[in-house]
Amino acid sequence: MNQIPVTVLTGYLGAGKTTLLNRILTEEHGKKYAVVVNEFGEIGIDNDLVVNADEEVFEMNNGCICCTVRGDLIRILGGLMKRQDGFDGILIETTGLADPAPVAQTFFVDEDVRRRTWLDSIVTVVDARHVVRRLEDSHEALEQIAFADVILLNKTDLVPADELAQVETRIRSINATAVIHRTQRCEVGLDTVLGRRAFDLDRILAIEPDFLSEDDHEHDDAVKSVCLRTDRPLDGARLTGWLQGLLVERGQDFLRTKGILSFAGQDKQFVVQAVHMLMEGNFTKPWSPNENRESRLVFIGRNIDELELRQQFDACIA
Amino acid sequence: MSLPAQQGTTSLLDRAGTGRTLDAYVVGVVFLEDGLLAAALGDGRVAFINSESMNSPSFVSVHDGACLSLAVDSGEQRVLTGGDDARLVSTGTDGETTEIAAIAGRWVEPIAASRASGLCAAVFGKTVSLFAQDGRAVGTFDHANTVGGLAFDPRGRRIAAAHYGGVSLWWAKPSTQKPKRLSWSGSHLTLTWSPDGKYIVTAMQENELHGWRVSDGADMRMSGYPTKVKSMSWLPKGRYLATAGAESVVCWPFHGKGGPMGKAPLDLGRGFEGVVTVVAAHPRHDVVAAGYEDGATILVQIDRDHTILVKRPGKGAVTALAWSVDGQHLALGTESGFVGRISLSDWRTPS
Repeated sequence: MNQIPVTVLTGYLGAGKTTLLNRILTEEHGKKYAVVVNEFGEIGIDNDLVVNADEEVFEMNNGCICCTVRGDLIRILGGLMKRQDGFDGILIETTGLADPAPVAQTFFVDEDVRRRTWLDSIVTVVDARHVVRRLEDSHEALEQIAFADVILLNKTDLVPADELAQVETRIRSINATAVIHRTQRCEVGLDTVLGRRAFDLDRILAIEPDFLSEDDHEHDDAVKSVCLRTDRPLDGARLTGWLQGLLVERGQDFLRTKGILSFAGQDKQFVVQAVHMLMEGNFTKPWSPNENRESRLVFIGRNIDELELRQQFDACIA
Repeated sequence: MSLPAQQGTTSLLDRAGTGRTLDAYVVGVVFLEDGLLAAALGDGRVAFINSESMNSPSFVSVHDGACLSLAVDSGEQRVLTGGDDARLVSTGTDGETTEIAAIAGRWVEPIAASRASGLCAAVFGKTVSLFAQDGRAVGTFDHANTVGGLAFDPRGRRIAAAHYGGVSLWWAKPSTQKPKRLSWSGSHLTLTWSPDGKYIVTAMQENELHGWRVSDGADMRMSGYPTKVKSMSWLPKGRYLATAGAESVVCWPFHGKGGPMGKAPLDLGRGFEGVVTVVAAHPRHDVVAAGYEDGATILVQIDRDHTILVKRPGKGAVTALAWSVDGQHLALGTESGFVGRISLSDWRTPS
């Protein structure tokens, strides 16, 4: 059975999410999407199917206190799979005040959803004018940036260039791995927000090595990114054991974890993704012979002691 | 009743049945009067087929989208379907359709019909709507969360709705009422009410079942499944509850005191690949039909764990199974659009 890519669209109230959604629904892209929205709006529907959803967040009875899922999505995605014609992709819009974690966790927890779809990327639309203030007063705005794979820094025409640079630095300190696009009225090629999987992984490798060590302490955001790296091969069992233990114990603080790792005695890359304490790891493509086998592991979260993590990570070097 | 002996890898479908494709995901199948078989499909059509020949199906385009749910309407000559076009429709075998209700933006699943009271009920998101035999709206019952499972009691006078946090029990009549709650934390999906009316069982998001004794609300947990349980079916007199979701047909004993508590379930029909996706108990005998994710279908006899192959693997996961009212015929459907019918009257073996 073909797996269908799912894109999650988040963004605080007024950031421009609906503008992007309307573009995806009305632009000639030759693809057929199912779009899960929270309210029927005045949106043009051509080829696409629009599904109305309530954000029903459920706690799972699996002993994991931060494990919440979107019950409505499980139902909707199951129902969509009965349709014969299929879709090129599924787009899920969340409300402006939504925490992205339950949506992301749904793709880890529910076996039917996992078998038929994959979470391609989380796209967050950010209002360049207001985001700094939102980061002060809104827990959700911060989480939406922390969870993003792609960030559309929107309404850039309404902000002076130097201020825009500061805003981007601030976002980057929260989420070091997201791709940031500066936009006006969300004008960006749709291929930069849809179908991003391969690019997303490469992005982890492309993090500027020194970016995160810059002295940028003027903002003390509760959420930050930490990137660990090494050229030396890791002990696979020790590394995964450490990571599992860490996420079980501290999963509420760790929002997202991503890594591409090189294990001793293993030719393939080990790719790990986690949302809070739900983690999955797989061997993917082989390292090419002349490639620098550098392992990179990125944590995005709260109360992260970078030094402690680095020591524990280094202890996993084979 | 005794099942025939297995003959090599020949299936009952090869020996005593026939099948065809309907070209769309089979959401459900039901037998109607006069040997007609109805199938609700993932492309929004309902098919009526002569179950004897399985030839020349007639198709009715009912929903703009997918059919999501299917039940036999009162009188046995019409079917009720709910769709992702937010409509509940009654369709006659002559192709005539009547829209019973529609609520914009709400998918219509599941639906339930009671032969005893003639009432039917359908879920529109968080609302359960109740209808009389003539399609007249009788009442609506609202819930805080989306309703995943729905069933009438055996007499058709009460209705149980499964949702996040438990089950709500309503009287199936138009009155202002507060539902009786059966609570258990977590998300409750499919729901079934035992034929003797004593037990309600739900399948949960967490790969387990939860049951309640209706009289006093006593809880029963039934766990150990590797996947979500999406299908449950009561054996005659409610002696066992047969369930999908495992690599075998797991049957919980409900006869005797205390229901299944402290007892091990029967674990039947082992040795097939993959997980059981659908079960349907025979209406009169202790026999269960079970369909697997690889398309294989079996019959298994409860007391002997004797298994016979109904359909070999292939043609997609089994998504629908139904017995005729007299228990002589079994229909099955798959996700790739195959429908098949076998007949038990064609063979007899000494018991």
